[in-house]
Amino acid sequence: MSDHTMTGRPAAQRATRPLAIPPLHLAIFAGLLAFFAVAPFFLYPVFLMKVMCFVLFACAFNLLLGYGGLLSFGHAAFFGSASYVSAHAAKVWGLSPELCVLMGSGTAALLGLVIGSLAIRRQGIYFAMVTLAFAQMVYFISLQAPFTGGEDGIQAVPRNRLFGIINLSSDMALYGFVFVIVFAGLFLIYRVIHSPFGQVLKAIRENEARSVSLGYQVNRYKLAVFVISATLAGTAGATKALVFQLASLTDVHWAMSGEVVLMALLGGMHTVFGPIVGAAIIVTMQTISPASAPGLQCCRA
Amino acid sequence: MTTSILAAAMVAAMAGSAYAIDVKIGILNDRSGIYADLSGEGSVLAAQMAVEDFGAADKDINVEIIAADHQNKPDVASTIARQWYDEEGVHAIFDVPTSSAALAVNEVTREKDRIFINSGAGSADLTGSQCSPNTIHWTYDTWALANGTGTAMVETGADTWFFLTADYAFGHALETDTAAVVEAAGGQVLGTVRHPFPGQDFSSYLLQAQSSGAKVIGLANAGGDTVNAIKQASEFGITQAGQSLAALLMFITDVHALGLETAQGLVLTESFYWDLNEGTREWSERFAERNGGDMPSMVHAGVYASVLHYLKAIESTQSVEAGPVMEAMKSTPTSDPLFGEGEVRADGRKIHDMYLFRVKAPDQSQGPWDYYELGYTIPAANAFRPLDQGGCDLVQ
Repeated sequence: MSDHTMTGRPAAQRATRPLAIPPLHLAIFAGLLAFFAVAPFFLYPVFLMKVMCFVLFACAFNLLLGYGGLLSFGHAAFFGSASYVSAHAAKVWGLSPELCVLMGSGTAALLGLVIGSLAIRRQGIYFAMVTLAFAQMVYFISLQAPFTGGEDGIQAVPRNRLFGIINLSSDMALYGFVFVIVFAGLFLIYRVIHSPFGQVLKAIRENEARSVSLGYQVNRYKLAVFVISATLAGTAGATKALVFQLASLTDVHWAMSGEVVLMALLGGMHTVFGPIVGAAIIVTMQTISPASAPGLQCCRA
Repeated sequence: MTTSILAAAMVAAMAGSAYAIDVKIGILNDRSGIYADLSGEGSVLAAQMAVEDFGAADKDINVEIIAADHQNKPDVASTIARQWYDEEGVHAIFDVPTSSAALAVNEVTREKDRIFINSGAGSADLTGSQCSPNTIHWTYDTWALANGTGTAMVETGADTWFFLTADYAFGHALETDTAAVVEAAGGQVLGTVRHPFPGQDFSSYLLQAQSSGAKVIGLANAGGDTVNAIKQASEFGITQAGQSLAALLMFITDVHALGLETAQGLVLTESFYWDLNEGTREWSERFAERNGGDMPSMVHAGVYASVLHYLKAIESTQSVEAGPVMEAMKSTPTSDPLFGEGEVRADGRKIHDMYLFRVKAPDQSQGPWDYYELGYTIPAANAFRPLDQGGCDLVQ
């Protein structure tokens, strides 16, 4: 990618500083940080960790859908494959949690590069179908591959020691770990959206032909945002595997891809903070009143 | 999350509390999906009946039952189990169908040192490689089903087999286990065909199985695949033509859903049937009365019997701590009207007879839920995987 297309921005924009963080967003960020810092003392930490993992997943997905204008119906592939890799790394190789998450994210990034470079050649419904097809391939590989444990999944994953020192077996210690990862991820997403790169993405979403005519290499931008989104979705999945100490087919099933679309839409897909609300609502509904919400959980064959 | 149900047995309002022992048990199962019929609300009812029949209130034991839906997802099951142990003070979790969810609850229970008595799930790993000092596996497991159907069929002369196997780890395991049993009993496996999972169209596989000339077609799959295969086999008239169709994982609720017209002639193994003897009939009729007329599945029976055994252990130890209660449950022989006399083995496996049933033809059936005729009883001693073959650390 040439420097010119990636970072070039008109001098006029720089003068008005549209990319600085507005006070309202700062306030929301501060509110979120404060809420999740205090919440574990009132709410069940494992539940909150699940909410946070899905918040990151939904926001990563929304980066692609809301800002890139690309509806992927295969994000479970990144989420789930990262959770398998992370669980395997922790259980079989005995790696420390930060390495497990990094390996999970790395796997998702590679997978995102492969799937993305093929899928972005199509648009609209065809793009969605291509991503779904690849995600189904990942699902069937997960079902058959020996290391995933088939439908039993990888169970009894140890949490190990962070950096080889800090014991994460208590829920509160793990909460801190998840908190840092998720908010780092959210901040990264926020910065991407409000960077010149993000502005170009929005331009492509609004009018692709015009972006091409302005000299932007549209496909490179699309691929880049696809890989970023896949990586962060993978980070969420890898973290979730450590929280629940298991990785299973639920995470790669197409229903998971559907769930994340629902989270993004429910919260509002062109907004930065909307998917956070969407993810929180869906996870809370799943946990609080599972019996009364049969329409939301989906069919396992 | 917790459809909180106060067991009718504890007439706490009248007694004004102050029991010697307070016990809280959680029924965690599928209340809205494919296993809702064979476990679901019926398991909660079974647990309630166990509390009533045990007479907990008279013995100064206060039992509270809560229930939740794990939606067959291991992560949901794991969250609920953790929350129950950490925040709700649940002492024991019962039921938990779906192997992946059961294995997740198995790990959480081990970590929190509580008690998990599984009735609904099939994975033989619960008392094998994943066995735990905190877990009992009550009703059945895949090894017992494969062994029961395999041995009993060969004993009754059906000694040539053809397998229709779901092409993933679970299907392969079921097929391997059954094939080993068939060959050990002197039978012969004529062939195998693997179908994709999940499968829709089984016609070519069924024709292959039919033309193999095997006396038994073994269905090494589960759920929707088994149901689809049976429906299509009935269209081909396979059982009417003299071949037997053996489902390796199937419940009476599935037969009820399929109807006798379709399911007739099917052979399967279960550990409980409501019309087995006087004890099972008496209990099942009481159960059906409170369950909208539907008879219990073996999973419901397992929940009833296991809650009963658990409460007996609490009464004898006067404790709710996992250690002494588990020890009492393993050292005391089990006895209940549904499974008869039995025991809980050191690896957590509950031992009782298993039964091979053949599904009746519509004209043999006296009415609703009169579905099975007993073909063969697999005695308790041979019904489950021998203690030294499971690879359980507790018995090494």
